[in-house]
Amino acid sequence: MLLRPQIKDLKIVTYYLGKIVIGLSLAFLAPLFLALAKQEINPAFDFASGFLITLITGIILVTLCRTKEDLNWMQGMSLVGLSWLAAMFLGALPLFLSGHWASYLDACFEAMSGFSTTGLTLVQGLDHLSFAHNLWRHLMQFIGGQGIVIVALSFFVRGVSGAYRMYFAEAREERVLPNVINTARFIGLVSLVYLVLGTLALTLVGRAEGMPAGSAFFHGLCIFMAAFNTGGFTLRSQSILYYQSFPLEVITIILMVLGAINFKLHYSLWTGERKEVFKDIEIITLFISIMAIFSLTALSLKRAGVYPGVFMLFRRGFYQLASAHTGTGFSTLSPGQFTYFWPGLAFLGIILAMSLGGSTGSTTGGIKALRIGVFFKTMVGEIKKIMLPQSSVLTQKIHHIKEVVLEDRQVRLCLLIFLMYLGLYVAGTIAGCFYGYPLREALFESVSAGANVGLSCGITHPGMPAGLKIIYILQMWIGRLEFISIFTLLGVLVAAARGK
Amino acid sequence: MRKRVYGLWSIVYSLLVLQAGLIYLSPSLGYAQPVSAAELMHNAREYDGKVIIFEGEVIGEVMHRHGGAWVNLRDRDYAIGVWMKPEHAALIEYAGSYKTIGDTLRIQGRFNHACIDHAGALDIHALSVEKISPGGLRQEQVNPQRLRNLFILAGVLCLILILRILISK
Repeated sequence: MLLRPQIKDLKIVTYYLGKIVIGLSLAFLAPLFLALAKQEINPAFDFASGFLITLITGIILVTLCRTKEDLNWMQGMSLVGLSWLAAMFLGALPLFLSGHWASYLDACFEAMSGFSTTGLTLVQGLDHLSFAHNLWRHLMQFIGGQGIVIVALSFFVRGVSGAYRMYFAEAREERVLPNVINTARFIGLVSLVYLVLGTLALTLVGRAEGMPAGSAFFHGLCIFMAAFNTGGFTLRSQSILYYQSFPLEVITIILMVLGAINFKLHYSLWTGERKEVFKDIEIITLFISIMAIFSLTALSLKRAGVYPGVFMLFRRGFYQLASAHTGTGFSTLSPGQFTYFWPGLAFLGIILAMSLGGSTGSTTGGIKALRIGVFFKTMVGEIKKIMLPQSSVLTQKIHHIKEVVLEDRQVRLCLLIFLMYLGLYVAGTIAGCFYGYPLREALFESVSAGANVGLSCGITHPGMPAGLKIIYILQMWIGRLEFISIFTLLGVLVAAARGK
Repeated sequence: MRKRVYGLWSIVYSLLVLQAGLIYLSPSLGYAQPVSAAELMHNAREYDGKVIIFEGEVIGEVMHRHGGAWVNLRDRDYAIGVWMKPEHAALIEYAGSYKTIGDTLRIQGRFNHACIDHAGALDIHALSVEKISPGGLRQEQVNPQRLRNLFILAGVLCLILILRILISK
């Protein structure tokens, strides 16, 4: 029997939503100050308006639904799903006001793409976009990569035990530290340290490659935010190809890989447990997967003679693959090269890499290496069971931060999410085909949206059908939150309509 | 007299043969009309190694390195990286950004589908560069309606904060 949610539930969810919205409004201040510093008048108006509308919305929600009650599982899950939608609608405001997006739907698409760290874009005239709007696009990826709710948790939701429910609902299963607030702060600290180091390295490379100091710093900062959070937005329409720089490509690969690693593993590394890298099932799976798919892709590119030299093949091929597998979406290819010149097998390799993604507890999307590892471990176990005597008992273990005995429940959950991702990819592909795109391209774009990657073979364009834009927005949202909180939200809506 | 007629005819024939040869060889020598970025990207193999003409606005930064400069030019649809000599890059006064419209250049250069010198990048190596339209600063028009909206929003915020204080009392 479905129980209809009560007014009290709505009040609690709305109160915490209000707090998160107030937190989001403060994020508008960074681009606002930049616009003022750079004397970008209209962008300053855009962000001041966005800030005020968001702050007013947050204050109204908090004032009307004031409560001291904590969140239960259902409320926490629903809240996270709603928070991401609210962030999309409010985060899109300054983008839409700028006039660089053809419609509010396009701006919403961009905001969801940013917050979900996807990187698909519908901007027009990116090369003439203001500093402030570019900073906002990249800041959205930074905030989204850390987790909108986690960022808010660190500052606004102190000492609330329901925090863990929100943390879990934002597709983070493991706590780095016993307290979830401290975990959120640790993630923030790790990101901040990498931000300083990454930006510095990228700025120095930018300078060495002939960029003016100011530009080199701004590009370095934005590239870092997009790379470490596996986002994929760039300041220029040519993505990373714009820089034509091998050192910059190497640094971005390192940052993308760091961003694709579980934060708990970062913690192990920070505390001196370096051996973890060689033992963790997720890292081993990720490494094997990248190498296997790259071999396939490289073989295909070599046979087709796309690149005349081995170094060229490695530089172009490996970059796209690393970008796809970590769910970043940076590219060093010109538009159309995937579609027109990459052979079928290499194209398939990129789709496969995008669909698998990085680690759990990182900023990447996709099925994730841990689930692939568990899938293969279970498969091997089942084969072993057949071969062993009937009386023998087989216990399966994996090493993921610590030794873990594989239980049926874990395996079932892994396979369930695995299958749901496949369903998400197929649904987007069907939608693409419905709107008249070829199967190959529809599959590529659907996987890119659903796995929060951001590589495009040309479908994502301001002129694409509005229905497909909405479907990709849903894919990005569902893919980022890994289904559970979205399904809870849908369940609550169904219960509100049909429950007793 | 006959000799002169033969001489004239031989010149005419020679010119015709030369013209036919030029027509036959022209695709590999180059294209007289500007080619769009979309055309180049979608038919990159056909244009590979050919001398083409490309026109576009300079965007971003001029990046000097290794005795040359990378300049990115954008036409209506896409941008392409152009590798040029520093003296060619010196022609550029404005590069496109939020506050500027970049100079529009006409590049005659060799198009590479996968450039051997630049690790497989799709690019153009400029042979000659001509500025066909100068860029300049963009005048930002402030919309008074936006300013009014901002004041209204600030007023609403103040009102809500006052109400909040009154309710809490």
